[in-house]
Formats: sequence, structure tokens, C-alpha cells
Amino acid sequence: MHHYLEFEKSIAELEGKIVELRHLSGGPEVNIADEVTRLQGKLDKQLRATYAKLSAWQKALVARHPDRPHALDYVKALIEDFTPLAGDRLFGEDAAIIGGLGRLQGRSVMVLGIEKGSDTDARVKHNFGMAKPEGYRKAQRLMQMADRFGLPVVTFVDTSGAFPGADAEARGQAEAIAKSIEVSFQIRVPFITVIIGEGGSGGAIALACANAILMLEHSIYSVISPEGCASILWRDGAMNKEAAEALRLTAQDLLKLGVIDDIITEPLGGAHRAPETAMKAVGDAIAKQLQKLDALDPGQLRAKRRQKFLDMGKVGLS
Amino acid sequence: MNWLTDFVRPKLKELVGGGKEIPDNMWHQCPKCEQMIFHRDLETNDHVCQHCGHHMRITVKRRLEMLFDNGEYQTVHVETPVIDPLKFKDLKRYSDRIKEYNTKTGESDALIVAHGKMGGQNVVIAAFNFAYMGGSMGTAVGEGLVTASKLAQVQDAALIIIPASGGARMQEGILSLMQMARTTIAVEELKEKGLPYIVLLTDPTTGGVSASFAMLGDIQIAEPGCVIGFAGRRVIEQTIREQLPDDFQTAEYLLEHGMIDMVVKRKELRSTMVRILSLLRNTGAPADVVKLSPKGDKAKRGSALVTAPIPHGAGPSS
Repeated sequence: MHHYLEFEKSIAELEGKIVELRHLSGGPEVNIADEVTRLQGKLDKQLRATYAKLSAWQKALVARHPDRPHALDYVKALIEDFTPLAGDRLFGEDAAIIGGLGRLQGRSVMVLGIEKGSDTDARVKHNFGMAKPEGYRKAQRLMQMADRFGLPVVTFVDTSGAFPGADAEARGQAEAIAKSIEVSFQIRVPFITVIIGEGGSGGAIALACANAILMLEHSIYSVISPEGCASILWRDGAMNKEAAEALRLTAQDLLKLGVIDDIITEPLGGAHRAPETAMKAVGDAIAKQLQKLDALDPGQLRAKRRQKFLDMGKVGLS
Repeated sequence: MNWLTDFVRPKLKELVGGGKEIPDNMWHQCPKCEQMIFHRDLETNDHVCQHCGHHMRITVKRRLEMLFDNGEYQTVHVETPVIDPLKFKDLKRYSDRIKEYNTKTGESDALIVAHGKMGGQNVVIAAFNFAYMGGSMGTAVGEGLVTASKLAQVQDAALIIIPASGGARMQEGILSLMQMARTTIAVEELKEKGLPYIVLLTDPTTGGVSASFAMLGDIQIAEPGCVIGFAGRRVIEQTIREQLPDDFQTAEYLLEHGMIDMVVKRKELRSTMVRILSLLRNTGAPADVVKLSPKGDKAKRGSALVTAPIPHGAGPSS
């Protein structure tokens, strides 16, 4: 059963009708097949219309959709011989950040991902995709290893933010994020980031200082959650729609601002409706970027990555 | 709570004739121990409470006068890349807020970049002005830090950054988040040139500022009692649903947890930094070198054995 979002009422109704009709099959007097086809056409139209003009807040809801493919889904679908690597060698292992070696379309890569978890057990195990310092320090370790072996780094970002907890603060959450950014600008290998769902503030940028930053069509990336922004600037948590709009957190706005490099088109109705198609598109987009980056030598890879970020913020929205 | 404060406070009030008739500028109340401080004492003590040692916020001007030799320095003009890049509006237009703060502070944004000498050595200081929108970091602050780093590299100078900031500026959305990357690159390039990078953490240093350049110093110094951390205290309390210890996220807490090198009283900041800079750059023991010319300084390197006390707040007398 689908999990429907608040703006998908008419879509839910249509799909409900289609399911009902299919159950009725066998009744001779009505041509059920024709009716299903007609409704299916209507549904496609409705989906297209709705998803073509999602508001910023609606995109936030799609980006957080529980059935949307998560980091581990991408790893399963795209990475052969995935070999998970654990631990920061300093304190512990943080399951919120998954990482390891594997092959993307035949080529060895270092994969990192922030995993939200797809069911209750997994969500608890991965701490709802909120990483602690040991997670970021593991990421640093793996990035440095990739650098040593000349392997490209591929990160899948999907987090509401770094974990806001007392233990995380005690172990230096701020330093861990800062250092991850620093290491990202030290390594001399190709670095590609895909924002697959939610790019939540510092916890996201720690793994997103890449040569190429791609976003799925309905993913978001922001300095603060719309809810957080609403409660601080509007002093009213219910103003999240306005805050989402004002923050310009959609892939489309971020492309205009020069913060990301490309948008990966999602299947009709969002990645959660056809995960396999969405994940294949992501795999192809990464491979294409890798090929482009192959033209650069290690020094250029790092220099261009730095320059790309130094140039950000020089254009605003008109 | 404390019998002393309860006892002394009413007495003091009696002495000066009750709170309401006191002109604002004559007596100040310490925000921590709530005792009254005569304005002249406040000035002499560099805005440190003589009763409880609480370090109050001071202006950037005062800060720079305290740190540079003879209180002499030049400020550097920093361009704001794009004013209001997102055309942001919450309850108020961001562009109007900017105008308000420009008028209120006489500055164009929250960062002031200055250069001068400390112990005869070239130093660039970038200091946050908390009075300007809570010292929040947007594109202008990022630009200022990039400028400060470049200036230090050109002048073969040490870089000292003094954050006093709640974090990234929400009104510039994702572009504020990107300043975490920009500023990290800026200090990284300085470090690669072999130049010292000192961070002086002041109250408060939180959010995106703490999770980038502010945690990456060669030497991390903090003023007593200042708040340093990634996530806000209230957010953490809501997450873990328990009370945090009083000293949570203070300078002393960070020192205990290995996140900073030292907590230094305001009175000793200048002499400590001068000593560290001379040690890092192997320039011999610092004397009261304020009167030496840069050339004379080099010629006399190592020969100035007498360490005279270094004057504090050598700017305009209070």
C-alpha cells in the first residue's frame, strides 16, 4: 500500500478506484479493462500535473517520503562487491553513516551514505540518519583512504541534520563536521555527491563538498529545516510552508544559484513510485560525472573543487 | 541561590539609591552574578565582572585595541558579494533588516577585518560583531574571512579569527551553508602556506560557525565561560528529554573534553597570543616590542630578553 502525502488526495482516490475495479474483474456487463485504462490515463495526468508544480514544502514532504529509496538501497542497486567498512578508530562505529568499497559500473569507488532506515528497526539502528562525531570521523578516514588509493569518492546524502545530542557535543560534533569539510578539500580524487532526499544543514555539507553535486528532482538541501526556520524567524512552527518557500531549498532554485551542478529527473510521481528507475538514473548520472572528471589530474581535481566553492554566492536570484 | 549575592545586592542598591534612578551609563549589572559594577571599573577590567569574573561581550573596536600593539591597526574594506541574494522575506524583508543593522552598528556586515602587529609580528584579525544580526554568517562574512586569509598570505602574517556568532544566517539560505565550505578552504590555504592560524572563541560560537573554520585552528583558545557548541542547548534538551549540566557547552567543558587548547582570561589574551605566535614562528621571546619598526624587529630577533608587561587596552583611555 502506498503512503500518500497530504497533497495526494485525488491521486489516492484514483488509485483506490483502480484497485477496486481490478478486484471486480470477471463481471461481464462492464468492460473493466477499458475503465481501468481510462482511470490510469487520468491518474497519470493527475500525477504529472501535481508533480510538475510541487511547492517547496511539498518537495520537502516528497524528499522525506518513507518509501523513497535510501542510501543503502542505492548501494544495493548500484554498487557491486560492496564491502562495508566500519569505525572511526577513535571511539566507535556510527551506523548513521554507511561506508565502504565497491564497484560502480565496474570501477572501484569509495562509497559513503547517510542512511535514514526504511522500517522502524532500521531507523533506530541508523539513528534516523542523524550522524554523530564518530560517523563523520569514519567518513574522514574513508575519504583519506580513497585518496591514498586514487579511488573516486561517491556520497549519498539524506539527513535531517547531524544528531543534536549531549554525547555528540561531548565528543566534538562541531569539530567532526569541520574536519570532514577540511578533508573533503584536501583529497585529490574525483568526488561526487548525490542529494537523494534531504540535505540537512551542517550534517549534510560535511559529506557534500564534492567536484560535482547532483540532486534528485524532488530532493531538498537547506541551511535549516523549514520547521526550524519557521519557529525562529516567524516564531511560529506552523509557518513551515512560507519558510520552505523563502529558503529556496529546491533542486531547481539551487541549480540557479550555482550551488549544484545537475538535477536528476525522477520517475513520474517521485522516486518512491519507481525506485528501480530512479536508482538507475542516479547510477548513470554518477557514471557520466565520473567520466567528465577523469579528464582532470589529481591537483586539478582538488583545485577545481576549491574554486567551485569559493565562487559560490556571487550570483543571487533575480 | 547564593547567600552572598542575596546579601550584598540589596545593600549595594541601598548605597546607590535604588535601581531606577541610576543612569544607564553609570552602573552596569553583571548578567551572571547580578551585582552592580561602576562603569569605570567595567572599563578598567575590560568588561570582566570584578565580582564573579564573568566575561561580558565587548565591541570589536575594543577587542582589536586590546590585542594589537599600541592598539593600532588598519581595517580592510570587505565587499558584500550580493546583497540579499535570495530576496528573503520572513516577518520583515531581509533587505530592510540589513539597512537597520547597518544604521545601528555603522558597519556593513557582521565581520571586521583588521591588520597590524602583535609583539612586532604581522597579524590579521577577523572579528565577528555579535551586535550585527547575532554575528550570523552569510556571504559577506564568508567573503570577509576569505579576504582575511588572502591578506595574511600576502603579508606573511598570522591569522586570528574571533568568532562571536549564533551560526549560519538563515536569510541567505543555502549560500550561508556554503560559507562553511568557503571559510574552511580559506583557512586551509593559509595553513598550507605554513602560517599560524589561531582561533579565539568568544561568546557564543555555535552552529555552522563552530562546525567550520572555528574548530580548525592550529591553536584553539577560548574566553572563560563562553558558550561553544554545534546544536543549541534547547534543541538537545528536547531531543534527549533531560536537563543538561550547567557547564554544558562552556569553554571549560570543551577544554575538559579535549576540544580546545586553553581557556584564557581576557586580561591575559594578548600576552598569551603574542607568546604563542613567537613560539610558532620561532622569533625569540617577545619583549615589549611595540616601539620597534618591522625591520628593527628582525634585526633584534632573540636579543630582546627583557619581557616587560604588555599594556592592555592601549587605545583611547577610558
